[in-house]
Amino acid sequence: MSSSTRMIEVRQNVLKQNDLVARALRQRFHDAGVFVVSMVSSPGAGKTALLERTLSLLRRQFRVAALVGDLATENDAARLARSQAPVKQIITGTVCHLEAAMVQSALEGWRLDDLDFLFIENVGNLVCPSSYDLGEDLRLVLMSVTEGEDKPLKYPTIFNSADVAVITKIDLASAVEFDAVAANCNIQAVRPRMTVLDVSAKSGEGMEEFLNFLQSRRSTARAQGVSPDPRALAAPD
Amino acid sequence: MLLCSVAMHELSIAMSIVELAQEEADRRGGVQIKAVYLRLGLLSGVVKEALLSSYEMACVDTPLQGSQLRIEEVPVQVFCRQCNAQRPVHSTQMFCCSECGTPTGEVVQGKELLVVGLEVEE
Repeated sequence: MSSSTRMIEVRQNVLKQNDLVARALRQRFHDAGVFVVSMVSSPGAGKTALLERTLSLLRRQFRVAALVGDLATENDAARLARSQAPVKQIITGTVCHLEAAMVQSALEGWRLDDLDFLFIENVGNLVCPSSYDLGEDLRLVLMSVTEGEDKPLKYPTIFNSADVAVITKIDLASAVEFDAVAANCNIQAVRPRMTVLDVSAKSGEGMEEFLNFLQSRRSTARAQGVSPDPRALAAPD
Repeated sequence: MLLCSVAMHELSIAMSIVELAQEEADRRGGVQIKAVYLRLGLLSGVVKEALLSSYEMACVDTPLQGSQLRIEEVPVQVFCRQCNAQRPVHSTQMFCCSECGTPTGEVVQGKELLVVGLEVEE
């Protein structure tokens, strides 16, 4: 054989396409003055319930909307529509996470200038969404008291990609003997100094603090200007 | 169910790698790719074994069929303010400096999903 092999040096981020779209979205969100919050969790942790309550309460004072990702159904959008806020379902089919391009196309026809808050509910999955920047300002990772305190240790990557942890279904905490100290220790072990908020969408416990937190983060973000890709994968060195 | 979706995730990543590598090869005058070198961070959210088997699948009926994916796993490193230096973490379940034990979440390495080289035949 006369052919020879050689090495070519390349430096390309595999997810560069997603990151480029996410960066453009982040700029668009900033220019429109809309604060974007995404939510990730395992299936059944209560993303939709928390979002439903959040939309109903926040819309008294702010212009809010939501995008919800799901593998197959439109049930979540139907539930959220009861809040009267604009809601659009993104059906991902076999794709186990949302990508920036899905968010971009779901937003077609929406006037972002008319919004103060946009929520993006990811597909229920604690693995895949961690790699994909959606252009959001704030990523919440939810875990319910029924899931076990060691969730953060089992899924450190997603906790590490998120900004804030929200412990949901807190009204059930004593019934399931939830160990709040252990849960907090585990969160801090995988993400030191992470903010942790407790809520119950059902009883309303912690909702006021949760909404205040979102508002204060929104004010800070507006004062600071567009952030440089908080979730971007490590840049080529 | 979750296993299914994880494999699906790696398959879509593998397809992006194949596409990206082929673009690079085309740009360099249609060389034949024998191997793709990838740096894979332990915090990238991608599983090495699943990616390797997905890669084979993603190469079928493409010019990369029969090529190898060579993965270099990249450990997580954080910036420790106490040591004022880049340090390995104790583990991904314990984000603290492996030297002095100070908790730190400032990840400086370990999220890579980076194609760094192609072995080509001319």
